[in-house]
Amino acid sequence: MIINGSHIDDTFAEAFGMKATRILITAHNLKWAYHSALSLTGFATSVIACGCEAGIERRLDPTETPDGRPGASVLLFAVSTKELAKQLERRVGQCVLTSPTSACFAGIHDGEKLPLGKNLRYFGDGFQIAKLIDGKRYWRVPVMDGEFLCEESTGMTKAVGGGNFLILATDQAAALAASEAAIEAMRKVRNVIMPFPGGVVRSGSKVGSKYKALPASTNDAFCPTIRGITKSELTPDIGAVLEIVIDGLTDADVRDAMIVGIRAACALGAAKGVKRISAGNYGGKLGPFHFHLHNILKAKP
Amino acid sequence: MSALTFSLKAKLTLRVDCSSLTPDGLQGKTGAEIECIELPMGNANITVAEVFKVKGRDCEQIIFCADSSKLDRIGAGMSGGEIVVEGAAGDYLGLGMTGGVLRVAEDVGIFAACEMRGGELRIDGNAGDFVGGGLPGERRGMFGGIVVINGNAGARAGDQMRRGMVLIGGNAGDYLGSRMSGGTIVVMGKVGANAGFAMKRGTLVLTQLPENLPPTFNDCGVHPLGFLAVLMPVIRRYGAAFLDLKFPSNRAQRWMGDLANIGRGEILLPGRVDPLRLIHPTAPAIF
Repeated sequence: MIINGSHIDDTFAEAFGMKATRILITAHNLKWAYHSALSLTGFATSVIACGCEAGIERRLDPTETPDGRPGASVLLFAVSTKELAKQLERRVGQCVLTSPTSACFAGIHDGEKLPLGKNLRYFGDGFQIAKLIDGKRYWRVPVMDGEFLCEESTGMTKAVGGGNFLILATDQAAALAASEAAIEAMRKVRNVIMPFPGGVVRSGSKVGSKYKALPASTNDAFCPTIRGITKSELTPDIGAVLEIVIDGLTDADVRDAMIVGIRAACALGAAKGVKRISAGNYGGKLGPFHFHLHNILKAKP
Repeated sequence: MSALTFSLKAKLTLRVDCSSLTPDGLQGKTGAEIECIELPMGNANITVAEVFKVKGRDCEQIIFCADSSKLDRIGAGMSGGEIVVEGAAGDYLGLGMTGGVLRVAEDVGIFAACEMRGGELRIDGNAGDFVGGGLPGERRGMFGGIVVINGNAGARAGDQMRRGMVLIGGNAGDYLGSRMSGGTIVVMGKVGANAGFAMKRGTLVLTQLPENLPPTFNDCGVHPLGFLAVLMPVIRRYGAAFLDLKFPSNRAQRWMGDLANIGRGEILLPGRVDPLRLIHPTAPAIF
């Protein structure tokens, strides 16, 4: 398959089941909502070492938030319910509770509940107040700029993590431009995040390492500087490869984001250095979700 | 199916306990069976047929075509469906109800919404004392649900209230929210003496400071309170009487008390009231 001169590999992305939740962070203005949301989603690129993968799903207008203030919708993904609950509480406690004028609300109302303000309320040292409004329980915790308003819990859902595609380009500049174009388009898709810095990852990994202590190591097959000494996937015209990893609430969300991203990258085409699109997998043995590039791109024009 | 209608046959001389005439209590019963139900009246029982003319079959929608303050315990313990009283009602309206909707067109007696757990109770007239309170001797009042009173409420509204919301479109009597330990009471009109007496927790949302606030309430100043942005749209949903309740920029003056108790209750007011004026009504405003 070729789109705008870019070759689409006949391969598939392999994704895994995860647990996810959504929270809504509001503040006096969008600037402070984002300060809080960016802080909460910091160091949350990969579950390998961060505990969770998190990102800002989208900006929220005042009409979309429970308290009528601007805000940000944040998605968090983890490998287990326990880890997700731990990361959520830590991050909300350190990054939202602490952030001036912030408030925090549930973004998913069904499913198993994860504590949001349920335990953070104890920061109030007995001065905290519970309010049950319209069937939802909120905590009002006195803080130095007024009150921190936080919903008691948020819902958790099964989700899909690790959807991906690779952009193989002539050089770093071309790969980066295509990645930026893809991310800009993918940010308009709901229910997904691209957890790496700027949505893009350059250190794609393979399972295992020559060092026993490491569970994963660099994906040498896609590293251009060792092309001549390893079993490389790269042809001589490829100078740089960047990967976009996608976590979504459903496999359909991940698929939609992949389609939008690949098409945006291919819109630049071979003329702008986007030579190939590929995807990362582990032979189909590890993850239950397989996104075959040819199939998904055929399914949605 | 038409609504099950109970039309009062004659003026009552004694009080009648209507607690068995709820959607839950009448489920699956035929018209004849309903007419044979015995209702406590005074120190004896009387059948439904002797008190009411019964029409209709839909137990989920019950109408009392009756204007009698002697019909007690209407909707007591109901968990669903709808009861409409096209007139006044007696005492213990909606006692311990857990769900459903109960509407009364005119005044009701004492202890309405007493120990209520859930559902919605709307009173278009006035309510007597102890709205949302607990039964005498009990230590817990209303525990959930919402009560909307378009008229006035008597004394001790929300006494020992633990959770839920009471919206009063008119005035409230003395000892509003006394011994309250949670929940929210809104009063659009005037409030009698000693509001919040022995209050532990909970919120009184008022439009004006009570004339005689217990000295054990302290002014905490005017502050933006984020939860008002969540609460106000819910309150406004319950009718025109509450549309005027506004907290610009979610700012409220907050009084906390009763410090003779644990002092975690609060009285919220939309405007600034000079605390000195409470002690010295003629003192100049300095704020």
